[in-house]
Amino acid sequence: MLDDLDRRILRILQSDPMVPIVEVAERCESQPATVARRLERLKTHEVLRGQHAVIDWAVLGYAVEVSLRFTLDKTNAKAFDEFLTAARGIRQVIAIQTFLGRVDVRLSVIAKDMADYQKLYRNEILNLPHISELEALMHVATLKTAEALPL
Amino acid sequence: MIPWDKLDFALMRALSEDATQSAGSLGRDLGLSQPATWRRIKRLQEAGVLAGRRIDLNAEALGFGVTVFLGVKLATKGLVSLEDFERAVTAIPEVQTVQHVLGLYDYRLRVVARDISDFERVLRRRIMALPGVGDVEANVLLSEERLTGPL
Repeated sequence: MLDDLDRRILRILQSDPMVPIVEVAERCESQPATVARRLERLKTHEVLRGQHAVIDWAVLGYAVEVSLRFTLDKTNAKAFDEFLTAARGIRQVIAIQTFLGRVDVRLSVIAKDMADYQKLYRNEILNLPHISELEALMHVATLKTAEALPL
Repeated sequence: MIPWDKLDFALMRALSEDATQSAGSLGRDLGLSQPATWRRIKRLQEAGVLAGRRIDLNAEALGFGVTVFLGVKLATKGLVSLEDFERAVTAIPEVQTVQHVLGLYDYRLRVVARDISDFERVLRRRIMALPGVGDVEANVLLSEERLTGPL
């Protein structure tokens, strides 16, 4: 299981994944070889699953981000699978989440501007199968994004 | 805006899947030299398209078994200061992301907890105690996939 050193290493990398191992070791009052070994172990146990580049969609010209919240028609047993397969095929979908609650599925979609969003909404979103209810939340600002765990 | 070409998009895609790949190995996959690949990555970083990295931690393995999305409506718009609410909500360690949205809710929060009773503690002691908080809707996350979107 994880001990304090593991948690300290992960805390440092969570706030900045680019910190070199030598500096991580220094800040944890440990040795670089020990930190490297711990990281290797965290990877083999799939606690640390990888590192991803963060893409700034706004810089690429996608100024609009919308959360679409769906309630599906659950009288059809295949509703979830068919909806998810179709949603994966839409290029402007950047995340898919399923829930237990009033909302069944949420899609994060991006668009260049409102006209582009309107086109996406009419031609692709409304054609998704088994939608029973749909509501949209338009993102105005993101105030916290770190997605850090309180380790 | 800088017109990015097919190779740039291929680099964005590769790095958003695994940011630890070296310029050498990315270049080999794309038929580019190591220095040419490095120059392209640097250009993407300078333009802000590549906006850093995030590490992908297995929340469950680290003891955080529950992720909940909360839709929060402020009770008395105009009377409470948005700044007070925003300052207080971003300071809660269990709150991973905060988005200001337009629609049914004013804010969308992503909250992690160890289990349902831990979530109840966060909800009662922290979220419900926020200044100006009104209606709160909770949806428990069951699954999540991130897509490379229009890259």
